Amino acid sequence: MDLISFVIALVAFALVAPFLGGLIKGADRIITARIQDRVGPPLLQPFYDVQKLWAKQSKPVNDFIGFYVLMSLIFAILAGAFFFAGGNFLMVVFVLTLSALFFVLAAFSARSPYADAGASREIIQVAAYEPLVILMAVAFYLASHSFNISVSATLEKPLICEIPLIFLALLFVLTIKLRKSPFDLSVATEAHQELVKGAITEFSGRTLALYEVMEWYESVLFLGWVGLFFVFSAGWSWFLALGCVIVVYFLEIMIDNNFARVKWQAMFKWSWLVTLVLGFINLFALYWI
Amino acid sequence: MSSTSKSPWVIHYDASSCNGCDIEVLAALTPLYDVERFGIVNTGNPKHADIFLVTGSVNDRCRPVIQQIYDQMLEPKVVVAVGACACTGGVFRDCYNIEGGADSAIPVDVYAPGCAVRPETIIDAVVQGLGILEQKRAALKAAKKAKR
Repeated sequence: MDLISFVIALVAFALVAPFLGGLIKGADRIITARIQDRVGPPLLQPFYDVQKLWAKQSKPVNDFIGFYVLMSLIFAILAGAFFFAGGNFLMVVFVLTLSALFFVLAAFSARSPYADAGASREIIQVAAYEPLVILMAVAFYLASHSFNISVSATLEKPLICEIPLIFLALLFVLTIKLRKSPFDLSVATEAHQELVKGAITEFSGRTLALYEVMEWYESVLFLGWVGLFFVFSAGWSWFLALGCVIVVYFLEIMIDNNFARVKWQAMFKWSWLVTLVLGFINLFALYWI
Repeated sequence: MSSTSKSPWVIHYDASSCNGCDIEVLAALTPLYDVERFGIVNTGNPKHADIFLVTGSVNDRCRPVIQQIYDQMLEPKVVVAVGACACTGGVFRDCYNIEGGADSAIPVDVYAPGCAVRPETIIDAVVQGLGILEQKRAALKAAKKAKR
């Protein structure tokens, strides 16, 4: 990957991903409403929300919170650009962790009890999903003999044939990363009584708008990870990947609507259990078979 | 019509209501009325909300709470007094501990009468509040321009 192709990918991702992410969020809200026998908001509702938040009065709780959220957004964009430019998978993981770190800093900086509780839970969530992400990088290397994502387009058969158990574990962890129920612990949309808004309680106006946009970038990136498992040398595999991404996201919406939020202990235990069992079985199989 | 009136997020506070109006507020979120059609979301957080729904009459205990929630909301914001008690004090008006409706604590923009208020009335009041929200947004924008 040379510099020019990376810059092109960066600009393309920075411009296209928010549109995609916003539409995904809008579709998500409509489907959720239909599941609950409601009509739901218009498809473009997430864009209206962000536009409204941007126009609101600016009253940040301190001088740093806006900077932290902006950095979190920028690193999320960088991580996505590295991924979609076909760059190094480890690089994507590290940059994304930095983005998560800045988000936690933003939540902690307000020193409010609800934001503090949300931030602590966000750290626990990172600890819960990170082992699988690292195992996924290792498995990716063992299956394709490279950390470069661009290699996937030259494989003879898709990664799902080599590392299907890692894919299942990723599906489990994806619910944490997309902040969906039963693992919507740090930023719960439905936990008014318990947490107000968790980590984003003290975000307001433009800071909240930036956070919403960051979520759009993140969801596009994570769905890209899902698609990665289905891409191989055949040209039609891109459509296969797209179809599988849509199915997986629909599954996530169903899970979101059908499960109550669990305690963080349960989330931690289950995600590590799933990661270690499925991940290691798959790695050993790759190594010796 | 700008995005401000397409995405009004509400916060609901029960001053000293009998819960009749509170149930009707929540009824507006159910499949029958489904206010999310208009982008209305019930946030539990004053910092995220645009419209403040107050139910019940105001007494000495809840006045500071109402004022604090109001102060934490960012402009542009609109206050809707929901139900007879929040409008005027209702049947509790002459009680020794009651100071009056929501407007005895904070400036109220829209009054939604009824005991208990009907969900249709709440939705009408919020929609009327959107017009005021829009005016306030325009005023805020003009003030920002004048500052420059």
